[in-house]
Amino acid sequence: MSSSTTNTTTISTAGPPSRRNTELAMLVFAVIIPVFAYANAGLALSDEMPSGMLSYGLGLGLLAGVGHLVVRKFAPYADPLLLPIATLLNGLGLVLIWRLDQSRRLADRAEAVDQVFSPSAPNQLIYSALGVALFVGVLILLKDHRLLQRYTYISMVAALILLILPVFFPARFGARIWITIGGFSIQPGEFAKIIIAVFFSGYLMVKRDALALASRRFMGLYLPRGRDLGPILVVWGMSILILVFETDLGTSLLFFGLFVVMLYVATERTSWIVFGLLMSAVGAVGVASFEPHVQQRVDAWLDPFAAFKTGGSDQIAQALMAFGSGGVFGTGLGQGNSDLIGFAANSDFILATVGEELGLAGTMGVLLLYGLIVERGVRTALAARDPFGKLLAIGLSAAFAIQVFVVAGGVMGLIPLTGMTMPFIASGGSSVIANWALVAILIKVSDTARRPAPAPAPTTDAEMTQVVRP
Amino acid sequence: MSELTLTVMRLGFLAVLWLFVIVAVQVIRSDLFGTRVTQRGSARRGAPDRPQAQQRQSAPPPQRQQSGGRGRRGAPTKLVVSEGTLTGTTVALQGQTITLGRAHDSTIVLDDDYASSRHARIYPDRDGQWIVEDLGSTNGTYLDRNRLTTPTPIPLGAPIRIGKTVIELRK
Repeated sequence: MSSSTTNTTTISTAGPPSRRNTELAMLVFAVIIPVFAYANAGLALSDEMPSGMLSYGLGLGLLAGVGHLVVRKFAPYADPLLLPIATLLNGLGLVLIWRLDQSRRLADRAEAVDQVFSPSAPNQLIYSALGVALFVGVLILLKDHRLLQRYTYISMVAALILLILPVFFPARFGARIWITIGGFSIQPGEFAKIIIAVFFSGYLMVKRDALALASRRFMGLYLPRGRDLGPILVVWGMSILILVFETDLGTSLLFFGLFVVMLYVATERTSWIVFGLLMSAVGAVGVASFEPHVQQRVDAWLDPFAAFKTGGSDQIAQALMAFGSGGVFGTGLGQGNSDLIGFAANSDFILATVGEELGLAGTMGVLLLYGLIVERGVRTALAARDPFGKLLAIGLSAAFAIQVFVVAGGVMGLIPLTGMTMPFIASGGSSVIANWALVAILIKVSDTARRPAPAPAPTTDAEMTQVVRP
Repeated sequence: MSELTLTVMRLGFLAVLWLFVIVAVQVIRSDLFGTRVTQRGSARRGAPDRPQAQQRQSAPPPQRQQSGGRGRRGAPTKLVVSEGTLTGTTVALQGQTITLGRAHDSTIVLDDDYASSRHARIYPDRDGQWIVEDLGSTNGTYLDRNRLTTPTPIPLGAPIRIGKTVIELRK
């Protein structure tokens, strides 16, 4: 019977190629798109090619080129898409920030508040350069991602310090997420998310068997033992404390969501997700009912247009109208009115500018780019051979995904707005620098994961180990 | 700047952005590891209206052949499955190790109840002679009628039997 079905297929092994040239081609593409966007925005705003076009294009190209050369040298088998997508998002962000710098409304507003208006795009270019420098540094200095495993508990302490520090600094814009040192302000939460992912992967790698296997089955769910609930309760408590003392919904969600995702991946127990969702719901409702700042955010989410009657902040309403006036294909770069959002138009709310000027099509494209980064991260985790690398890659991509979801959801009115920035696109030094470091670690893990395994050496002593059969 | 130019640039930009996304997805598609399965004969008959796809799919193997094709005279060039569910499948021999078994990452994935997940492997030794080695399978690997106990050189055309599957090396 079997011989009657004749296959006509040829199987040949496709070895894992290094794909560096693909990356270079994509990178060139990723630099050209923002330059095109820049020209487009300049022509629309002032009828002429923007003056800084050459320097921006060269700057971005230089950063991308340096990144590529370092990847070629230090991570030759890395994923070919992570660097080009990050470069494209960063470049698009630079164009959008530059475009908002040209807005008369935002300049007037800044002058009314602070007496001075300073454009953000040059700063952002410097931050991007710093980010790429950190990217290069991580690739060169981190020989193997498994080295991070040694610092499991040190990174726990470091992450806690980073998360707690902002409490001692004055609140800015209603949230204590900044630390200010001599004029510079840093958002430690952005860096904490990477360090926390390192801690969780190191911790769960050791404990996952206890968490996964010691459980009772109840109503189709595996219930963990009471004492195994300890860590999740501690993390939950931490995220509630962040929410109460720093009034920072975003970091709190990121922190807890990351832990639940990693618990699920490490143990394959659906019950953790159920518990996680229940606990975060309880926590969020509990805090929202007595913390005025969070309450205010929830009210603004439930009825964004109330601000026009009562005179509160109309940012969310303006963002929603920006999305609406963008329509399917958008108004075109430089031709929207998303600057009406006012404060934080180029950081937390930058997605509204994407939505208005590039429309639904452009927003979908940008969100897909984020999705591709996350997909490559998850693919890296699947391909990774060591459990620590798997968990680390999953953790970093989950942190990235949760951040995108929290910001995009907040700006679009899906969930209450939180003070987080769109990775790579939004204006803000900490965010850009931290996300370049995140991508660097992912690239390092993917390099190890995709490096061809040493071929099993043909046994040379075949003749010596003859078995004599009777 | 005229309205028309800006409209063209606006739509052009969206097109370029989406082109990037699509190219990126294509990169992912071609990035999948494992074995490359090429349809011979029947594909040409079955889909005559897609010569381009055919060309692209069959393009890589010759290139690979070039790199590993410096074998001895009279050396086998392909491995053919002559019995079993995979009958007719060929694997080009280019100096790579070929693994057989039910495991999904095997070069030839055997759908056979009598095969172990990592059943056997076939590899060239330093002289280019192809060797078959049983990897501790439950039901054994047979060369002609003899159960293998040690890595054994494969004569051209000798049947290697794994469960219901028979493979042989051909020129």
